[in-house]
Amino acid sequence: MTAIDVMLSAVGLVAVGSALAVVSTQHLVRAGLWLVVTLGAVAVEFLLLRAEFVAWVQVLIYVGAVVVLLLFAVMLTRAPIGRSTDLDRPIGPALLIGAGSGLGLAGLFAWVFRDMRVNPPPTGSAQRVGEAIFGDWVLPFEVLSVLLLAALVGAIVLSKKDT
Amino acid sequence: MTPMWYIVLSAILFSVGAVGVLIRRNAIVLFMCIELMLNAANLALVTFSRINGTLDGQIMAFFVMVVAAAEVVIGLAIIMLIFRTRRSASVDDANLLKY
Repeated sequence: MTAIDVMLSAVGLVAVGSALAVVSTQHLVRAGLWLVVTLGAVAVEFLLLRAEFVAWVQVLIYVGAVVVLLLFAVMLTRAPIGRSTDLDRPIGPALLIGAGSGLGLAGLFAWVFRDMRVNPPPTGSAQRVGEAIFGDWVLPFEVLSVLLLAALVGAIVLSKKDT
Repeated sequence: MTPMWYIVLSAILFSVGAVGVLIRRNAIVLFMCIELMLNAANLALVTFSRINGTLDGQIMAFFVMVVAAAEVVIGLAIIMLIFRTRRSASVDDANLLKY
């Protein structure tokens, strides 16, 4: 076990535990705060995989923007600050489906990658990723900018008072 | 330790998010669970990039993040609109498209 293995196990446990807290907590605001912990743990996993750019984009977009937006939505919908008992769907079938899909996915991946050879890791620094995005991937990048503009206009149209 | 463990972790996170989508009724918590599933997919993509030794998986993960941001903006606007007419953020109350 190297230091990276220990960190992978510890951060993975934190990610899974806080994800379970997001799913099971009765407080809506606490679910959002646990989501911050999960996303931060996944960002650390990205750093361990040497994807620095993706890790920092994760911190900026998810922790910085998406979670703040979700918390604003929780407060704007006048959610109860205390416990809200909306966990009243039957939990048995959901657990069955979740465990089945999880075991199925893990087994499928283990079977597909049973004799994989790991190549030397790419360094996902901002310079390398930027060169790749504006080189081979420039057309999807431009399409994404149009998508973001459409989302911007759509959000403004939807939240106008007299729609 | 092989990159296999990252893939197993992403499968676990995806299943946790799927269970959350199935058992919660508040639309905003549903969104949080969808973010969990998208993040698990991103972790798998970055791990594939690590296995292959190329950057393509990381760039796809970056694109997924941008699309997720757009999705959250539009989704929350729709939730606010439904809340304004129904006074409720539960997905069970939004069973009609036209009110």
